Amino acid sequence: MPGVEAVLTHAQVRGSNRQGVIRKDQPVLVDDKVRHCGDAVALVVARDQGTLAAALGLIELELEPLEPVLDMTRALEPDAPLVHEDHPTGNILLAGELVSGRGQAALADCAQVVELALELPRQEHAFLETEAGWAILTPEGTLEIVASTQTPFRDRTEVAEALGLELEQVRVSAPYLGGGFGGKDGVTVQSLLGLAALACPGRPVKMWWSREESFLAGVKRHPARLHYRLGAESDGRLRALDADLCYDTGPYDHLGGVVMTLGLEHAGGPYRIEHVRLRARAVYTNNPVSGPFRGFGVPQAAAALEQAMDLMAQRLGLDPIELRRRNLARRGQRVASGARLDCSHGLEECLQKLAGHQWWRGRGAWKAQAGPFKRRGVGVAAVMHGLGYGPVVPDVANAKIELTPQGKIRVYSGVADMGQGNASTCLQIAGQVLNQGLENMELVLPDTERTLPSGSASASRTTFTYGQALIAASGQLRRRLLERAADLLFVASATELALLPGRVRHSASGRELPLARLAALMQESERVAVGRHRAPVSQERPTADEALRLHGLPHAVFSFATQLAAVELDELTGQVELKGFVSVCDCGRLLNQQLAEQQMQGAMAQGLGYALCEDFAVAGGRVQTPDLSTYLLPTSLDAPDMDSLWVQAHEPSGPFGLKGVGEVGMDGPLPAISNAVADACGLRAQRFPLTPERVLAVLGRPWAAGGRP
Amino acid sequence: MKLRFTLNGRPVELETPSDRRVVDLLREDLGLTGVKEGCGQGECGACTILVDGVSRLSCLMLAAQLTGSSITTIEGLAARGRLHPVQEAFVQQGAVQCGFCTPGMVLAAVDLLGRDPQPRREEIRDGLSGNLCRCTGYQKIVDAVEQAAQPPQPEEEP
Ligand code: FES
Ligand code: FES
Repeated sequence: MPGVEAVLTHAQVRGSNRQGVIRKDQPVLVDDKVRHCGDAVALVVARDQGTLAAALGLIELELEPLEPVLDMTRALEPDAPLVHEDHPTGNILLAGELVSGRGQAALADCAQVVELALELPRQEHAFLETEAGWAILTPEGTLEIVASTQTPFRDRTEVAEALGLELEQVRVSAPYLGGGFGGKDGVTVQSLLGLAALACPGRPVKMWWSREESFLAGVKRHPARLHYRLGAESDGRLRALDADLCYDTGPYDHLGGVVMTLGLEHAGGPYRIEHVRLRARAVYTNNPVSGPFRGFGVPQAAAALEQAMDLMAQRLGLDPIELRRRNLARRGQRVASGARLDCSHGLEECLQKLAGHQWWRGRGAWKAQAGPFKRRGVGVAAVMHGLGYGPVVPDVANAKIELTPQGKIRVYSGVADMGQGNASTCLQIAGQVLNQGLENMELVLPDTERTLPSGSASASRTTFTYGQALIAASGQLRRRLLERAADLLFVASATELALLPGRVRHSASGRELPLARLAALMQESERVAVGRHRAPVSQERPTADEALRLHGLPHAVFSFATQLAAVELDELTGQVELKGFVSVCDCGRLLNQQLAEQQMQGAMAQGLGYALCEDFAVAGGRVQTPDLSTYLLPTSLDAPDMDSLWVQAHEPSGPFGLKGVGEVGMDGPLPAISNAVADACGLRAQRFPLTPERVLAVLGRPWAAGGRP
Repeated sequence: MKLRFTLNGRPVELETPSDRRVVDLLREDLGLTGVKEGCGQGECGACTILVDGVSRLSCLMLAAQLTGSSITTIEGLAARGRLHPVQEAFVQQGAVQCGFCTPGMVLAAVDLLGRDPQPRREEIRDGLSGNLCRCTGYQKIVDAVEQAAQPPQPEEEP
């Protein structure tokens, strides 16, 4: 067909044709069987979109129907078809268990036991910029890929292996992303672009998924089924927890085992509980691929635990904040996962602040003022969130910084900025150490050829880890600049000099050396400094299971938050409206309050969507919500003004005392909102989101057509 | 067809199929990549442009509809190197995270403030409800539009 440049299948893939991080099980183009509705089978390269659409329409695909595995229950049955025949544990991608004390047996001696079963929806990232990139095979034989990605360095390895190239032949760069949230943590368009570029040497190829393609093939937050039994003494001391978490990971690993493991680690939250049995499984199915999404398995765990906490508070007649406060594991104590907390810890203060907040103190009067057919409620949740990769996978960043020949300070950032603003934070950090303002600084965005490997922009680690490496590099450059300036100015010691914006000054004599002049007198190798940082790991061993350790358990440093939701529920329509939304967060010292607020507000809005409207529906393996008119995101009318308060518990292992803030705000909204709804009407749903239909069904309204509570 | 319209203050004349989507015309043919496409279905607002001062979704418009009109994209908003007050307010309030929704959001806000120079917060939320943002939770965007809403200036005589 004229205008079609290439039609490619797995037969043209010269490498392993497999992608993935822990288990490499995802083909670039399918070569054995189609495992979900978004699997790519053929790749067409065409001159323009019209030709491409026409060419795709001409493809005839013959498939032999196989019995699919469409839900976790079926997947776990002994006679279920296997999603991957070669996986030693069948349809269980990964399972883990943490037991301490007498485990679930201790529930029998508890004065009170509450029980809760939940089903949580699949959530779509719905970044406004869908997966996109372009690539070219240069005349020198380098495959250059520019992609919207959180993981340029890891992508480079994955693409090279999958396509059969040497690592040096592949270059990946990551300019500013139009949103990521975990959905661009891992390969999306990269290998496909590489394959297309290899087929069309010397010509740029571009791939930009439509919204429908993004919904179909992009990764989602794991749908989950949870069962919790929580036991306490009559004085409110938590004593035993039996938790079971089941994550539908879809047909490919895509970090699903790591997501599950983080959920397992957080299954008992920030509390001291002596006797626990925590179990989690990530289960292969033929549903859409689940993978990283802000929160990374923790929002599911918190949804169950924090609702169980409210049930327990109610059972014991205790204030919900007080119950949480009494049971917090403090610094040096063990949380329910069995690991001792050694990081900075401001959750108690967070809870105190929340207890004093006007929304909490004034809730009685506010609820009493509900109008006709309205009910009001206020609910809270408390969470912790581990940062970084855990004890085995090295959590390393390498920073590079340069005094350019023009006398500017140039930061080479190795971690992608998907909208969190960490690129600005990099400049802020280097500017602080080198005493330079933005006008004297430049930034190079992640690029495997120009910047140094620094891991992923994920796991709330981006600034936490890279920032430390950058402080080291900046400090080194600072010393070198001052020493060289001391030599050039005939000054005895660098300590007599001050580094000022754009220049070095000899304080005693007032003599100055502009940085541009200094740069001209230095060799290139002197003008560049690098710094490396490896984040500390926990020395705790709550489990001997090496697979769980490899998948990240346990973490060393945690951020903490408590959140409050005030809702108004319409008895006639079932609509739940959020009227107040508060968070009090300890993410260590704040380097830039505006950016921290952005993270918190954005996470809370996504959490509000998760609780109230976002449900990526799949039936028979097919997507039922293919676009933004069927998959509903919160709009400016749904998200209320939020109050973000901070407790700044200085963390010595973070840059200037900082901890990560990217995810912790996502964990609490769903349980806080559900607790608020329960406070309003005395009832709880088992399935989420709390759509009007579900709320009506919970209320027992006869007009709740089809909504199951 | 031969198409004539004004783009960011400059007359444009070009040959294009009459059914070319305006978003493609602007992005692909004219290189104005500040016009974003987030859905192609009129759901997200990322492709918002001003047509004779009124915000419209360029993914739902066809080239022929541009005939004779005056188009403003985000590229044309700053005058003589100075940011528009709405843009300035977005920067100051931190209303931009990934920035993908920002061009559409800013233009929708300019349109809103043109119709209602001093909207209340709820009116701002209402006026921007056709523009999705996945990053910010909208709060700082509303703050920015509030900041940009100036007390009415006395009309200057031409
Ligand atoms: S791209 Fe036009 S409304 Fe989404
Ligand atoms: S800033 Fe990312 S979508 Fe609005």
